[in-house]
Amino acid sequence: MSDATTTDIPVDLESKRLTVTRPDIRFDKQGELGDDERVQKAMQHFAKDFGYIAANYMEACVHCGACAQACPFYEANPDPKLTPIWKLEPFKQAYKREAGPLSFFYKTLNLKSKVTIEQLEEWQELLYDTCTMCGRCTLVCPMSIDIATLVGMARHGMFHAGLVPHELYTVTEKAEREGSPLGATPKVFADRVEWMEDEHEVDMPLDADKADVLVLMSSIEIQKYPESMAATGKILNQMGKSWTFHTEGYEATNFGMLSGNTQWQKDMTMKIISTAEKIGAELVILPECGHAYQALRWQGANMLGRPLPFKVQHISEFLAEAVESGAIRVNKVDKSVAFHDPCQVSRRGGATPAPRKILEALGVELREPESTGNLNFCCGGGGGVITIHRADSLRYKIMGNKLEQLDATGAEMMVTSCSNCRQNFDDSGEKLHWDKQMNSLLELVAENLVEDTKS
Amino acid sequence: MTLLDFARGPAMQFAIFIFVFGIVFRLVGVWAMRHKRDLSEPRQPSAWKGGIHGLIQHAWPYKPFRDKLMTDYVIGYVIHLGLLFVIFFYKPHILFFQDIFGFGWPALPNGVITAISIITIGALVIALVKRLTDPVRRLISNFDDYFTWFVTTLPFVTGLATAGNVWWHYETGLAIHLLSVWLLLIYFPFGKLMHAFWFGVSRYTTGSRFARRGGMA
Ligand code: SF4
Ligand code: SF4
Repeated sequence: MSDATTTDIPVDLESKRLTVTRPDIRFDKQGELGDDERVQKAMQHFAKDFGYIAANYMEACVHCGACAQACPFYEANPDPKLTPIWKLEPFKQAYKREAGPLSFFYKTLNLKSKVTIEQLEEWQELLYDTCTMCGRCTLVCPMSIDIATLVGMARHGMFHAGLVPHELYTVTEKAEREGSPLGATPKVFADRVEWMEDEHEVDMPLDADKADVLVLMSSIEIQKYPESMAATGKILNQMGKSWTFHTEGYEATNFGMLSGNTQWQKDMTMKIISTAEKIGAELVILPECGHAYQALRWQGANMLGRPLPFKVQHISEFLAEAVESGAIRVNKVDKSVAFHDPCQVSRRGGATPAPRKILEALGVELREPESTGNLNFCCGGGGGVITIHRADSLRYKIMGNKLEQLDATGAEMMVTSCSNCRQNFDDSGEKLHWDKQMNSLLELVAENLVEDTKS
Repeated sequence: MTLLDFARGPAMQFAIFIFVFGIVFRLVGVWAMRHKRDLSEPRQPSAWKGGIHGLIQHAWPYKPFRDKLMTDYVIGYVIHLGLLFVIFFYKPHILFFQDIFGFGWPALPNGVITAISIITIGALVIALVKRLTDPVRRLISNFDDYFTWFVTTLPFVTGLATAGNVWWHYETGLAIHLLSVWLLLIYFPFGKLMHAFWFGVSRYTTGSRFARRGGMA
């Protein structure tokens, strides 16, 4: 398959969730490699990830099956194939046969067979469509195996074997080529900043030569929730910050990371890092996007090869500090609220207390669902899953479970701090006739900002 | 040389050699693999505390999962504690260790050890039935899981038979029991029995990685 065939599908901007239009014919294999070469590529790239961490996780599994009990995909469809550790079977098999301390026995006596192309093809769905890398399975694993990290690693091999689901590959390739997976090119971004400036009468510096703070946005916000830009601008202006958006580094999402291309991941991260360095930023604020936080806050320095020369905060961390220090004041919101924790920001990111501090400042009555905070149940849309059409029905089922948990709190208002989760709630909520709507924490703060305060 | 002489002599030496050498080989083999430094700015220092916390935390499921997993955890604990008590607190075993280490410790009454052995075998059988009947476990299980079950259960059964003196010939029975234990030791480094070590390494790794970040694992 030539790349053109697979990547020329346009982004569907009318849909409630953003991805490319449903492909008429699926091309879930990229490039012209033969089957043997695909397997070889997968093995080569699996091997790059067989370091100490992956190795001890793969040695440690006792096949107890507990992880299935925590996975939102297994809960929505109790098919044993969806057991978290099973999703890693070819990766594990390759490790045992090729890399582990006993590989000599496994290989010579053929105790573990070679990974085959059929296996890899079959596992595409397990590694991409049915794992959001939410990390919930690790909570129940008696060996504490970080399956989400391993799935991220296994995707490297899959990408280089040319075995990425059609839509995910298409948006990733767009992101590498155009700077945005969803058509928010630098020009579109600049236009939308200007539009929001007029619409909301908020000054939003763009491409400033020097600024203390570089603010990023995700394509989902730029295309679908542009009010986020105005909300961020309003708050930063109120605080008197020296800040800017920048057309050379604005896109926070990192589909290189999600799809498994480390070089592209690095390209995407480096755009942000070079821009921040160029303008002398001390702080980079990440938007309401979960995986963006993972990509820059926790993987950014590792991509760069040295510690980041600036601080990185998710917008919820920035706002929590601002309300705590009194840098901004907010009006009280007389409502009960249930908060949906984005997995990559809370459980896997560590910023779990931040939204709670903000909600406290807003004076809402916070009603936590049973499994909340770090134990949160994933919405089913992360890890690139939301882009894949054939994953829709399972995603809706997961959301059904999620909505039940949120509704059980009886809260009047639903809030989150990830625009990808939010679009999943919009899309699935409509399908499931949900009578509520998911709101943005950032926008809630901006709406209730006391505007005369000066820091 | 009688079978008992063989079991007490060369067989034992061989088993202990493979056991010790194999464990060291496998642990060092994994340790020697590439370590990557995490360059991200830690949210908090002293990640090792999180590692220790992780060791303890994962000994029991978090609240939302307890309903689903309680039985499995209880069965698991029965098996592990059963092994511990029978191996280390049965009089003849203590005498055996005394020979090697030069010191002993108080034993549990024989009746208690017999009861523990029977309960442990019961728990092992339940675990096996669950592995065979639960679709998840059935799918993810392989030869190692079943063979590990076999080499773990066998010493309990042969041990009970020896203690109860039901063999046709006591000394041969004792030899069979010893050989079944050596089989366990020889297989130990090659299969999932190594989780006796990995559980610590893996829990510590995740615990310390997540202590750096915050969040939870
Ligand atoms: S990371 Fe989340 S989605 Fe993936 S296997 Fe684990 S629980 Fe399931
Ligand atoms: S819960 Fe952990 S040890 Fe048990 S099967 Fe899953 S990954 Fe393996």
